[in-house]
Amino acid sequence: MVEQIAAYLAGILLLVGALFSLLAAIGILRLPDLYTRMHAASKAGTMGSGLTLIAIAVVAFDGAVILRALVGVVFLLLTSPVSAHLLSRAAYMVGYSPSGGMKINDLKNYRED
Amino acid sequence: MSGTAFLNLTVTISLGILSLAFVLTIVRILRGPTLPDRILGLDMLVSIGIGYICVIAIKTSFFLYLDVAISLGLVGFLATVAFARYVLHRGAQASEGSSDLEEKPNG
Repeated sequence: MVEQIAAYLAGILLLVGALFSLLAAIGILRLPDLYTRMHAASKAGTMGSGLTLIAIAVVAFDGAVILRALVGVVFLLLTSPVSAHLLSRAAYMVGYSPSGGMKINDLKNYRED
Repeated sequence: MSGTAFLNLTVTISLGILSLAFVLTIVRILRGPTLPDRILGLDMLVSIGIGYICVIAIKTSFFLYLDVAISLGLVGFLATVAFARYVLHRGAQASEGSSDLEEKPNG
């Protein structure tokens, strides 16, 4: 009985995670410039792979596997914002400008050029 | 429908969805006008790859794949950090968008 419920839950988590990954890919393809694309990729992409990792934790009835899956989720949540912030900061500092429509720009005075 | 059959069905559907996401990201990498766009696409590919590995781990119920997924995430993070440093040191290319191979004097 518990295994059946866990299988249903894991299936739903897998579907939602895959749909989040698809959403991130569509966002990367459709959004206008680097910074908005990064907004789609870093959040929805992390959500997609994190949900599939949680699906493993649900379906495996083994303490070591559950622990490793949760550690993987925490690792993903720690590293993804760091890399996205680093890449967008490097791109902005070097001079890749955002497309029009940006109202507030707090980094304007820090740019090198 | 029993839980196991439902899980098998969702594994197949998720593999299809992830393949579609993979193709869309590759289109952005091939098309992407600037270098940071391509780096972002590679980061996204790593993330989708982690999803693939997790789905395969559930499909085969061979949970050692989880370690592969975690180390792939580590390698992807390090690669993105290194590429960001590279972008910072290289500076923007004036020829961006036409060809990356063409070297033009910077500034």
